[in-house]
Amino acid sequence: MKDKVVQVKIVYYGPGRCGKTTNLEYINRTYRKQIVSDMVSLKTHGDRTLFFDFLPFDMGQIKGYDIKIQLYTVPGQVKYNATRKLVLRGVDGIVFVADAMEKQRAKNIRSLNQLHENLQSYKESIFKIPLVMQYNKVDLKEHGIPVLPTEVLRKDLNSKLKVPDFEASAITGYNVAATLKKIISSTVVSIQKKLL
Amino acid sequence: MNYGIVSQEQLEQIDQILTDKLIKLGVDCVIIIDMAGNIITAKDNGESKYDVYSFAALAAGNFATVDAMAKLVGEQEFSLLFHKGQESNIHFSKIDEELLLISMFGKDISLGFLRLNVVDVIEKIRQLWGKK
Ligand SMILES: Nc1nc2c(ncn2[C@@H]2O[C@H](COP(=O)(O)OP(=O)(O)OP(=O)(O)O)[C@@H](O)[C@H]2O)c(=O)[nH]1
Ligand SMILES: [Mg+2]
Repeated sequence: MKDKVVQVKIVYYGPGRCGKTTNLEYINRTYRKQIVSDMVSLKTHGDRTLFFDFLPFDMGQIKGYDIKIQLYTVPGQVKYNATRKLVLRGVDGIVFVADAMEKQRAKNIRSLNQLHENLQSYKESIFKIPLVMQYNKVDLKEHGIPVLPTEVLRKDLNSKLKVPDFEASAITGYNVAATLKKIISSTVVSIQKKLL
Repeated sequence: MNYGIVSQEQLEQIDQILTDKLIKLGVDCVIIIDMAGNIITAKDNGESKYDVYSFAALAAGNFATVDAMAKLVGEQEFSLLFHKGQESNIHFSKIDEELLLISMFGKDISLGFLRLNVVDVIEKIRQLWGKK
């Protein structure tokens, strides 16, 4: 693109139904002013992501660069790994959305392992790429649904990676913006290093 | 994003080629994107109001899907990617492993004529790269 425009691709990744699309929907509702065009969702009749969601987000200027953030989600269902990989192409930063529901424990771990492999196929490393961890659906605690304690999620998913992490509820919006801000700042910092 | 595959000077030359060889012939809009869905450059006739960012994301996804299907049936690639509508048409062409040229044009232009010019444009863009 033209001089001084930087396009940044951020992908929300995680197991099926963990709340990736819900994160983008909340952002889309809350930051209307910064969103230049409609959210694009390629989904099935049952509202499952089929290919990706796409939401362009305007950050304005940072150090003279016009920053255009492109938010994507992947389809989380196991059978869609081929399309998940396609969405990861050229990714600059990742939010891993874990499902805090107790019964989803193994699925989170499997999904994170597959992210690791998928990044390797693009010669990227999960240890190097800007990454933020989100433990989603913590609101379910109040409804009496068993939710994994954050220490357990941390130990399962973040003991080696040691990336910034947040408890969140995409449905109420709790920490959705905090997650987004963190991944944008980590990614922009990492891109600035590459540009200079 | 792409980390400067093209310099600002090259970009201006590419814009010139796109304008002379496609827009002036009546093509509504031409976009060069990378395979991640980022826009390298976009030129239009001043009338079209496409949302180029969403378009680029979808186009990259579409191209990648068709490419993956080609590999599944044992083809290197499908060389012609073309969508035809009532009023407008979309034509995809691969510049190299990383870049795609997408043209949107109306019913006044024939596919054959467009393809000839696209081939010419891609040749010129490749020469430009060769020179750097
Ligand atoms: N209680 C609660 N429900 C949530 C939360 N986030 C998402 N959900 C619900 O979980 C279901 C799946 O959410 P989606 O955002 O579609 O999940 P996804 O990760 O995009 O799923 P795939 O597209 O299949 O990968 C929906 O019914 C959401 O309303 C949350 O924070 N709390
Ligand atoms: Mg989804």
